[in-house]
Amino acid sequence: MLAEATAGSWAVGPLVPMPYVVVGRREEAADVVTLSLEPTQGALPAFRHGQFNMVTSFGRGEVAVSMSSAPGAPGPVEHSIRRVGPVTAALCDAPVGSLVGIRGPFGTSWGIDEVEDGADVVVMAGGIGLAPLRGTVRDLVARQTAGRGRVFVLAGARSPDQILFHDDLMAWEQAGAHVGISVDVAAPGWTGLVGVVTALLPAAPFEAPGSLALLCGPEIMMRFGGRALVDRGVDAGRVRVSLERNMQCGIGLCGHCQLGPLLVCRDGPIVRYGGLADALFMERNR
Amino acid sequence: MHAGDDAVIDLDGLDRLIALLVARGYRTIGPVARDGAIVHGEVAGADDLPAGWHDIQAPGRYRLEQAGDPELFGWAVGPASWKSEFFQPTETVWRATMSDGVLSLRVPPGPDRPVAIVGARPCELAALDVLDRVLAGGEVPDDRYRARRAGTLIVAVECGKPSSTCFCTSMDTGPDARAGYDLALTELLVGAHRFYAMVGSEAGAELLEELHWTAATEDDRRARQDVVDGARAGMGRSLETEGLAALLGRNLEHPRWDEVAERCLSCGNCTLVCPTCFCADVKDVSEVDGTIERRRSWASCFDVDHSYLHGGPIRPTTSSRYRQWLTHKVSTWWDQFDTSGCVGCGRCIAWCPVGIDITEEAAAIRATDGALTQEDVQ
Amino acid sequence: MSEAARNLLSGHAFLAGFPPEAIALVAEQAEPATFRPGVLLFREGSPADVTYFITKGSVSIEVHAPNRGPMVVETLRAGQVVGLSWAAPPFRYQFDARAVDEVEVVCVDTARLRVALAENPLLGFLLLDRLAAVILERLQATRIRLLDIYGKSDAR
Repeated sequence: MLAEATAGSWAVGPLVPMPYVVVGRREEAADVVTLSLEPTQGALPAFRHGQFNMVTSFGRGEVAVSMSSAPGAPGPVEHSIRRVGPVTAALCDAPVGSLVGIRGPFGTSWGIDEVEDGADVVVMAGGIGLAPLRGTVRDLVARQTAGRGRVFVLAGARSPDQILFHDDLMAWEQAGAHVGISVDVAAPGWTGLVGVVTALLPAAPFEAPGSLALLCGPEIMMRFGGRALVDRGVDAGRVRVSLERNMQCGIGLCGHCQLGPLLVCRDGPIVRYGGLADALFMERNR
Repeated sequence: MHAGDDAVIDLDGLDRLIALLVARGYRTIGPVARDGAIVHGEVAGADDLPAGWHDIQAPGRYRLEQAGDPELFGWAVGPASWKSEFFQPTETVWRATMSDGVLSLRVPPGPDRPVAIVGARPCELAALDVLDRVLAGGEVPDDRYRARRAGTLIVAVECGKPSSTCFCTSMDTGPDARAGYDLALTELLVGAHRFYAMVGSEAGAELLEELHWTAATEDDRRARQDVVDGARAGMGRSLETEGLAALLGRNLEHPRWDEVAERCLSCGNCTLVCPTCFCADVKDVSEVDGTIERRRSWASCFDVDHSYLHGGPIRPTTSSRYRQWLTHKVSTWWDQFDTSGCVGCGRCIAWCPVGIDITEEAAAIRATDGALTQEDVQ
Repeated sequence: MSEAARNLLSGHAFLAGFPPEAIALVAEQAEPATFRPGVLLFREGSPADVTYFITKGSVSIEVHAPNRGPMVVETLRAGQVVGLSWAAPPFRYQFDARAVDEVEVVCVDTARLRVALAENPLLGFLLLDRLAAVILERLQATRIRLLDIYGKSDAR
């Protein structure tokens, strides 16, 4: 059941979602839909790069979704959602004018506001991992345009039809950012690179010492990517990854998202690679 | 009377204390013997308390025996913990209804009466303190938990007869009551049957002053100390906590995890009886009339779906789930909440159907610190 | 070095056609070993300090993912070598290797092997030449597997 029309009277509480209305929707590649949302009962606090909201499809459930728009950008907040189960399917089908619930913003941030002027920022995204980085890359491109440091975007996808935000990638390249795209498997007509996303590193001329690296994608990609960046000379403490675990409350109360010493919703999802995620990635649960 | 003062009341005084709490409108809960165990129920007077009942606990074993004596608190702890009063096994956190195309959302009201607890053990006071940190001490506290905790009145009772599964002394949570109580009683049986009482708060002082109390003599204080010392000496087992968090943290690949997994049924009993386990499912349920409820209910990390992520669970094996539970309880709980999650109540040992003993598991790993799993090459 | 290692290596397909002196040089850094089923020969990320010439049984090369467990990407058998990451930086195993059944190998210490290769150019050339052939073959096979030729014709 999708809530139509406007929200009525509404209580508040830590597990209570605020009603937002879908003002726009866009079908992206790879079973992903971007929803543009506006508040109906008051807006939630401003979010930082990389944070997530708990998004409710009324009657079905709630999932954690990162914001794919940039913090402070004019216009509605955007969430790019991939269809993987009943709740995300309902959200992907949400028509303009329907209500969804939003709780947030939660979690740690990419921390790009603190990066020093002149430092290169390398962004490595695999598949849907480009969504939590999209708003961040927009701001990093603006940073480059303002002469405060370069951005290098390395995006990997399974196949050409699975490349997300292709228009954004082209626009970023037009604006002067280094953009590398590769697919694991080509399709007829594809003239771009075919290979693993880490193979895009040698052609990206960033200054490894002093760089900041942001990785988001399947855990295996972040594992191999983190190692490759460190081997290239990036300080392991300046490599940041975005972890994903089962999230139900989003506020550190339900225990589902535990990973070693972390409650991923509260101490993550963005954590440093060196001295933390590198060890957590190696935990075996066979 | 003020916090820090002491006094003595007799059996009649205890009976009047309970009646007074009821009269003041508290939902007054205490220990009762029912269904072969000490559980929690509403009490109206001292007659409702489990006189003459004594528990015999061992790994995987709990028996209650009636000895016909007047001792009211001659047992350690039963399967129930006070956690369920404040962190309810299942709770509706909001309800949304659709009417004429308009969605409205309401939060169910909190309890109409505050709770008075009679008979909380020192380990349980420590457990409530841990739960307060977890559920009410974070950036986004659980407001419903906090509302239920506020206004609660606690009459603690120190332990005189620990069971063989107890190890509160190892966790430094008992057998004496330290903090978190309004009144703390110690049952004295040498001489007249009476209760040494310590005042923990102004609310406790005010209650005590409504009763007929007598000044505590040096004999009373000594008798109370004897009870506490006797309990400390009679502790059933111990857990070496020195460096325990780091020990488990560096032994995640220890073969003991696979070994305990051969015994563990992954039933989750331990998480149900543990007074600090807080994992919960948050699920939305919709009715045919369009009502939607968000319900929060107790969950267990032993449930294979607890860690489910699209594709499958992160922890598909009993070994990885047992390891998660124990390392969280005594190791990573420190990273997350700056305290241990274990208070040494021993419930998980008694109520495990196969009698797994966490003190034994931790000791086994400590004895073979650094042992490599069968998987690894020597 | 042990006599057993030298005999096993002499008959190993990876070193087929090598002159006896070259095999002896490899055998000097080698010892036989066995692995019970399920045991890991090495873990992803650890230093590639041993290379294994399989003489009996099967070894699976695996990657583990948090919610899928270990995924086998290739299986190697007697006559093949597992653990090639010693040949180039960062000299760390990139995958896990697990004994599928009762596995017998000859373990070669790669640090000492690299020294032997540097001191013996002919052995160095022979070994790296053979290594290049094996790596090429596995790479070409992997590329074909990526095409997913058994998939439905309208898969893409």
